[in-house]
Amino acid sequence: MNVKALLFGLLFLLPAPMWAQGYAGLGGSADGFDIPKQGYQFQFPRDHGPHPSFRIEWWYLTANLIGEDGRDYGVQWTLFRSALKPTQTDGWQSPQLWMGHAAVTTPDAHYLAERLSRGGIGQAGVTAAPYEAWIDEWHMRGPDPDTLTLTASGEEFHYDLSLTALGPLVFHGDAGYSVKSADGQASHYYSQPFYDVEGVLYLPDGDVAVTGQGWLDREWSSQPLAEDQSGWDWFSLSFDDGDKLMAFRLRGGRGDFTAATWISADGTATPLPDGSASFIPLETARVEGRDVPVTWQVTLPDYDLDVEVTALTPKAWMATRFEYWEGPVKVSGNRSGRGYLEMTGY
Amino acid sequence: MLLNIDKVQKSYPGGRPVLRDVSLTLDQGQTLALTGESGSGKSTLLNLAAALDSLDGGEITLDGTALSPLDDRGRATLRRQSISLVFQQFNLIPSLTVAQNLSFHARLTGREDTGWTAHLANRLGLSELLPRYPENLSGGQQQRVAIGRAMAAQPKLLLADEPTGNLDETASATVLDLMLSLVADTGAALLLVTHSQDIAARLDRHAHLTGGRIA
Amino acid sequence: MTWAVTQALLSHWRRHRLQLATLLIGIALATGLWSAVQAINAEARASYQRASDQLALGRYDELRDPSGPIPLARYVALRRAGWQVAAVLEGSLQVGDRRVQVLGVDMVTYPALPAVTQVEQSDTPPDPADMLTAPGRLLAAPDLAQTLGVRSDFPPILPSDALPSDLILTDIGVAETLLNQPGQISRLIVLPDQPMGIPPLSEIAPDLERINASTRLDTTQLTDSFHLNLTAFGLLSFAVGLFIVHGTVGLAFAQRRGMIRTLRALGVSMRRLVWMITAELTLLALIGGALGLILGFFLAGALLPDVAATLRGLYGAPVDGQMRLQPEWVVAGLAIALAGTLLASGHALHRLSRMPLLSGAGLQAWRGAASGRRATALIGLALIAGGFVTAYAFEGLVAGFAMVAGILTGAALVLPALLSFALSLLQRGARGPVTQWVWADMRAQLPGLSLALMALLLALAANIGVGTMVSSFRLTFTGWLDQRLTSELYVTAADDQQGQQIAQWLDPQVDAVLPIRSIELAHLSGPLFLYGIVDHQSYRQNWPLIASSDEVWDRVLAGEAVLINEQLARRSNLWPGDDLTLKPDQTLTIAGVYSDYGNPTGQAIVSMAQLDRIAPGADTRRFGIRLAPERATEMAQALRDQFDLPRQAVVQQASMKAQSLAIFDKTFVVTSALNILTLGVAGFAILTSLLTLWTQRLPQIAPVWALGLTRAQLARIELLRSVLLAALTAVLALPLGLVLAWALLAVINVQAFGWRLPMYLFPEDWAYLFALTLLAAFIAAALPALRLLCLPPADLLKVFAYER
Repeated sequence: MNVKALLFGLLFLLPAPMWAQGYAGLGGSADGFDIPKQGYQFQFPRDHGPHPSFRIEWWYLTANLIGEDGRDYGVQWTLFRSALKPTQTDGWQSPQLWMGHAAVTTPDAHYLAERLSRGGIGQAGVTAAPYEAWIDEWHMRGPDPDTLTLTASGEEFHYDLSLTALGPLVFHGDAGYSVKSADGQASHYYSQPFYDVEGVLYLPDGDVAVTGQGWLDREWSSQPLAEDQSGWDWFSLSFDDGDKLMAFRLRGGRGDFTAATWISADGTATPLPDGSASFIPLETARVEGRDVPVTWQVTLPDYDLDVEVTALTPKAWMATRFEYWEGPVKVSGNRSGRGYLEMTGY
Repeated sequence: MLLNIDKVQKSYPGGRPVLRDVSLTLDQGQTLALTGESGSGKSTLLNLAAALDSLDGGEITLDGTALSPLDDRGRATLRRQSISLVFQQFNLIPSLTVAQNLSFHARLTGREDTGWTAHLANRLGLSELLPRYPENLSGGQQQRVAIGRAMAAQPKLLLADEPTGNLDETASATVLDLMLSLVADTGAALLLVTHSQDIAARLDRHAHLTGGRIA
Repeated sequence: MTWAVTQALLSHWRRHRLQLATLLIGIALATGLWSAVQAINAEARASYQRASDQLALGRYDELRDPSGPIPLARYVALRRAGWQVAAVLEGSLQVGDRRVQVLGVDMVTYPALPAVTQVEQSDTPPDPADMLTAPGRLLAAPDLAQTLGVRSDFPPILPSDALPSDLILTDIGVAETLLNQPGQISRLIVLPDQPMGIPPLSEIAPDLERINASTRLDTTQLTDSFHLNLTAFGLLSFAVGLFIVHGTVGLAFAQRRGMIRTLRALGVSMRRLVWMITAELTLLALIGGALGLILGFFLAGALLPDVAATLRGLYGAPVDGQMRLQPEWVVAGLAIALAGTLLASGHALHRLSRMPLLSGAGLQAWRGAASGRRATALIGLALIAGGFVTAYAFEGLVAGFAMVAGILTGAALVLPALLSFALSLLQRGARGPVTQWVWADMRAQLPGLSLALMALLLALAANIGVGTMVSSFRLTFTGWLDQRLTSELYVTAADDQQGQQIAQWLDPQVDAVLPIRSIELAHLSGPLFLYGIVDHQSYRQNWPLIASSDEVWDRVLAGEAVLINEQLARRSNLWPGDDLTLKPDQTLTIAGVYSDYGNPTGQAIVSMAQLDRIAPGADTRRFGIRLAPERATEMAQALRDQFDLPRQAVVQQASMKAQSLAIFDKTFVVTSALNILTLGVAGFAILTSLLTLWTQRLPQIAPVWALGLTRAQLARIELLRSVLLAALTAVLALPLGLVLAWALLAVINVQAFGWRLPMYLFPEDWAYLFALTLLAAFIAAALPALRLLCLPPADLLKVFAYER
């Protein structure tokens, strides 16, 4: 197991058997990490910044864009923090490790890049005010999260985007306490799903000016998935009428665990418990040697929602050290719209 | 009496007797032919007389010197000083020229007489062949060189073992004539081993070996 | 039928056990020496390969700061500008009596190293948290891990056999602490994937220099010459071994001619016989080859530690002292045994296949060889001439070796003619009939012995040549050390600041404090170390200049000119009067060239002020201290006490010289071992040749014996003959050896190491070698002589009685 692969194991909270022993006592705080608590009072801008006493954390931005050429584009910008120990020190030996993933998805291609860094030397990190999340030359920066510039580059792509929040922050689960399994594993989870985005994508075929909508997820925790859980399918959908839906399914040997948040156009969030949403894969595609569902039927009876969610392209495979699928989707059915889909454990 | 062979016994390495109480004498100037069947021991007797091999019993006396008490060195000295040998083949030293071969024995004895050697070469018809090496000579020529070398040392006793055994008739006759006339001229004694009765008849005396004894 | 024929053929070996043993030993020796050298070379090369794989050396471009370490902030700035670079901190550490290299890499961004992967995939993988955070973990080869294990102040150690010996691999954070260089980076490697649109290096870090992976002088290049050297020795040993095989097979075939004639008369076709004999030879080659491989394996195992020491000492190349048995090596060894045997037997086999059914048994022609000998000698002369022409017409190490090979082979071919000529002169001068015969007989024997004598000539020449080179080198090296190490003490400070303190403290107490400052630059020919010096008599009087122009020191110290080492001069063909470009805007005239042995890289010297202009702010951590020699020990201790310096930070001149000489001596252990072995094999070749000639000797000896020489006399002559031939060969080998020494010193060394050495002569060594040769020849002839002494007269008499 490579150090870098391990980082991913931690970040994605996968119950790798090798590390199971280490996690045995995780229910408490035996190894010193804090665990999410119900009733936590968020404080901003402090909570926009990192929480080094938690094991994992991310700043996860996705955007559905339309180019001046009329084509659909998707952009991903993610900064993961993974702590080996619940402390922060300066220098190489800081236990805080950082990883960046960036991608641009077009209807027929997918470009991605990955970055790694130690936490104590200034190569990567997050400050709450002024707001900046960075790794190497990639950054998401602004006076605060409402107004941001976003940039990342890889061998074959580069993008410069500016983001303006048009709505409030949205808190998932119980006021930001998002339960992930029947056993009670949970995270702190809030989003800013109302970004208006514009900017330029620099791609091998040329530059494209783009506009669209962005969605930032902020989540931190110290707990892995439940032992029987093997991966998840996570949806962030924006319907054409302005309503939005965050919904996920954690696939487990003892049954799936689902949760969702209905976000109305004005920003009012309604958490929906386990079982409220159902997800049925309709079609799979062969991607990088794996069968990945690329068309889903998502139903949410409470809101009379029955839609088909289809990947813009099946190619949105993140061939990073730990691999997963992350890409833009189109929604059709009794509502239409766009969104992002993330699938792990395939 | 130059050579006295007295009740000589000799066995092969396996123990089979070759010579049983053989006695013979040879005087100065005498020629004796020794004949016998193949394996009768005639060559063995000649080698014993030449001090090339050691006796198992009896005694050989050459010019008053008994051979059996002599060690390797003593026998070598005796060979060098008193005896000349001519064999059926491989008489000559391959690495030396005819001239060097001719004078070799005489120079070993310290009695080299260059005039005599030149005379011998002339008489044996070897004058043209002097710078040659033995391998470039015919069998008859080689034997003439061997006789020349033997006589150049002015031996008291010449021992010859089938000297013409490897030669055709003409060459054989020439070689034998030359040898006998030289022996007669120098007064050396000759003991010649042959299987040919014709050759034996040309010598003074004739002894026949059979079953390891003189018949 | 095949079986019956096989039995008949093999029965020969049952009756000639010694011959069989000789043949097998010959094949085994040839294969063994050759394979040993191959194994050593392969093992050393595998070691470099492992090291470069293990450390990902030479695969990436690098960024360096010529003036010293790169600060951490510079790394972060590069990263934040998009440059994908990974940080490396290197240094050395004294652990007990071992000097080990510490390689600290940023384990998070550095490309995966096999040792790390191996440790992580082991049954008990370390927690990454332990690797990356204090105190960290050290990775080291198992034997080094043991040595390190006793140090309680070290982080825990993880043994890994995917690392070169004498290297500690660890995270850069651990290395900082271990080397006491916090916030410092030795170099940055440029990762292969760079993002779009990063700014050029000149904009964001003009002080850093990018060094292409391809322009760095790598270990393989450096050590190629050494390996070529060993290969040449291996080939020589192989050739000498084949002489034995050739001789023995020739004899065996000659002895079996009668049997083969009989077999053919009985209706066995020549074709079948040739095939069966080839199969027989193949079998013998495989058996001998297998024995040779065993021999070679142990020989290589015995020599490898010294080779490893040599390579580490000369080139800093990482080589384990451990032999591993490689299947390819076994296959290659058997193949070369087979090829060698068939090559050595080809002539005999060919002659056998051409033998007419009814030819007489016949004795070998004794004198017919003269014309053949002349032709051989002419070919030999042509080869010698060709060798010289090659060396003058072509550059490079291979041309150098081609010249040596040409001269050696040529001389070997000329040898029989020369010996024959010498013997004929002796024969002409001889008075007595026996001496005359002895010379004549020796001449006659030459064709049969000449191969063995050629082997002896080659072995002797190699001994003289290599011995002269090594001794000349050592003498030069010792003198050079005296010139070069003029300061009584050498001190190394922990950092620049301490360096200044030491200089200030010493100044009033000693005759002179000479700062030693250097930076690493990239030159076309590889890395170039630039040194700055201050004006002092130590340099003006002692520095070993081998080429210089007028007022060399004044011009260098005025900052107008530069001195370069011989390696750089020869590699780039730069000599006094030429220009050397140190940096794009810094070109200086070369004022002189100095000798610089034992250093693989280029070096240049400028004035201290000039160095400051080229690389402002380079550290001054090393100093040479001039003072009365008798105060050196006391001052060394005072320095250590005053500045709390570790023992090895203050070194006295004497111990530095001793260390240098010790490394030097180790360097040539292998060479001399192979030398002695080659001579031994040549001695064995003489023995086998004499045994081979034995049956042909009787017709030569018998007439002389019959005419009144004793067997003891003949045996003595037999001994004398062998010793005399060896002596004659040795006399001829001396000039050849000196030519070889000259070639090694003036051609091969220049190509291989970049320096030319003066040649010194060592007559005592020759006398010793001469005595050794006579002894070898005596021993080789002792067995045949003893056999002659004990030969029953009956055997000699048979010569006259029967056709042979």
